[in-house]
Amino acid sequence: MTGYAALQLPLAALALVLFIVDAVAAVLAVIVVGLPILMVSMPATRWLVGVHRRFAAHVLGSPVPPPYRSTEGEGRLESLRTMASDPMSWRDLAWLLIALPLALTTSLIVLILLVPIVTGIAWWFGVGPIMVARSRIDRWFLAFGTTERLEQRVEALTETRSQSLDHAAAELRRIERDLHDGAQARLAGLGMTIGMAAELLERDPEGARKMLAEARLTSSAVLGDLRDVVHGIHPPVLADRGLRAAIEALALDLAVPVEVTGDAPAGLPAPVESATYFTVAECLANVAKHSDAQRAWVELASPPGQLTVVVGDDGRGGADPSAGTGMRGVARRLAAFDGTMTVSSPIGGPTLVTLEVPCDLSSPRTTPSSGTA
Amino acid sequence: MRLVIAEDHALLRDGLIRILEAHDHEIVAAIEHGDQLAEALADPSAEAAVLDVRLPPTHTDEGLKAAVAVRSGRPGFPVMVLSQYVERIYARELLASGEGGIGYLLKDRVGDVGEFVDALDRIAAGGTVLDPQVVSAVMARQAPVERLTAREREVLALMAEGRSNAAIASALFVTEKAVGKHTNSIFAKLDLPMAPDDNRRVLAVLAWLGV
Repeated sequence: MTGYAALQLPLAALALVLFIVDAVAAVLAVIVVGLPILMVSMPATRWLVGVHRRFAAHVLGSPVPPPYRSTEGEGRLESLRTMASDPMSWRDLAWLLIALPLALTTSLIVLILLVPIVTGIAWWFGVGPIMVARSRIDRWFLAFGTTERLEQRVEALTETRSQSLDHAAAELRRIERDLHDGAQARLAGLGMTIGMAAELLERDPEGARKMLAEARLTSSAVLGDLRDVVHGIHPPVLADRGLRAAIEALALDLAVPVEVTGDAPAGLPAPVESATYFTVAECLANVAKHSDAQRAWVELASPPGQLTVVVGDDGRGGADPSAGTGMRGVARRLAAFDGTMTVSSPIGGPTLVTLEVPCDLSSPRTTPSSGTA
Repeated sequence: MRLVIAEDHALLRDGLIRILEAHDHEIVAAIEHGDQLAEALADPSAEAAVLDVRLPPTHTDEGLKAAVAVRSGRPGFPVMVLSQYVERIYARELLASGEGGIGYLLKDRVGDVGEFVDALDRIAAGGTVLDPQVVSAVMARQAPVERLTAREREVLALMAEGRSNAAIASALFVTEKAVGKHTNSIFAKLDLPMAPDDNRRVLAVLAWLGV
């Protein structure tokens, strides 16, 4: 602990320097010159603050998570804007300001106590509480409190809930339209054909026979329509055999050879399974359509409490996840389960899409169809 | 033929029984539950089976599993698997369960009674019958097939449906000799060694399904 205390003095000096640089650059940003400085100084600030978070976590024995907003997939300027509008950045800045006096009062006391022999006992017993107090102050600045975390959670849940509802409504409309234009129309036609055949039966048996043959073809087409609708709601192989087999079945129908490895955890909740399936389906469809890939792969893994799926291809890269409505749709569907999707696709490839979905396997199944088969 | 049939929907089960009995087949067991299937298939007097994929209790793939199981116990036992949907992954499992005597069709095909009864006879004679929908899905993507001409693809598709050269000839309005020439060319392009013709026909279909 004394080591930490000693280390914090030079770091406090650095904190002051960073505060000044950040402040000056922020002012200069008005005339653009400040922007490149901020691009360096803000990550540096985050690094320094991160070091103190880890100190605090170590001393307090509980994690102090860095609760920043994600800047994943954003350009430099864009991520600068996200950082600047992140309330945590402002707390970081405030902390930089108090870091010097705080370090002087706590760390210096610890070091001074160590020097003369007479205060040795005070040093021996005092360092712990002093550093714990110091870490508490750091944590108060650098991590959100319970209330703030709950507020953020409520905000995220409200947003994903409304997205899920929109998604569900859109799906229902699509199914309604598919049934209306497909099966319903054909069944109406089927009824007419059979009616006409019944009328012709006496007068023109040959004509009636032709109509019945036609009716049979129509009934086949109706079944085909219904199959397509069912496939879009819940694919049969997913219902029969679960996620891995369903992805293998998808892979078989793709023009690009796809290797499927690993397996999903047993007893995955059906809605998670289904959302993951449709996300992988969308990813593979994109591989086939845009990537020019020679091969693709899907890796399933189940670290504790989570399902991880990586869909990769050796194609040309440069995929933009925000461009396609399909990808946005499936990402929203995953978000309803706190699932995340990250895309790495440098020009020239390879493209890697990583899906991470937390799942609580102790919760009961909601449908028997994802059963034991 | 003495047949075991399994279908959980009463309407479809009655329809199947009616169609099959009208074509001089005898139904030794008509089953509606997956649990009764193993026992019925163990009956030594049964000569073939017509099974629905989805049966109680789990309503997933009992019929498919039963088909694979009975053929591991009674190699070559003819089984016709019917389903509301056909999946290539299931076709592969059925074909891997032993050579010949296997069929996999959409339930809609039963409506074309003559064709359905004919398909059943073909699998009872050791043939392989795959639904045209599986066939077209494979045709759409498989790489080795790209080496075949359009006409050869048509021939291979009909071969996968279990047709003989004579039947293929009449379907395509060509002579049987011309079909023979196409099949030989298909065997050559798919690198299939010399063997009795029936065997190579099955191998051609298997190679092409990626089994």
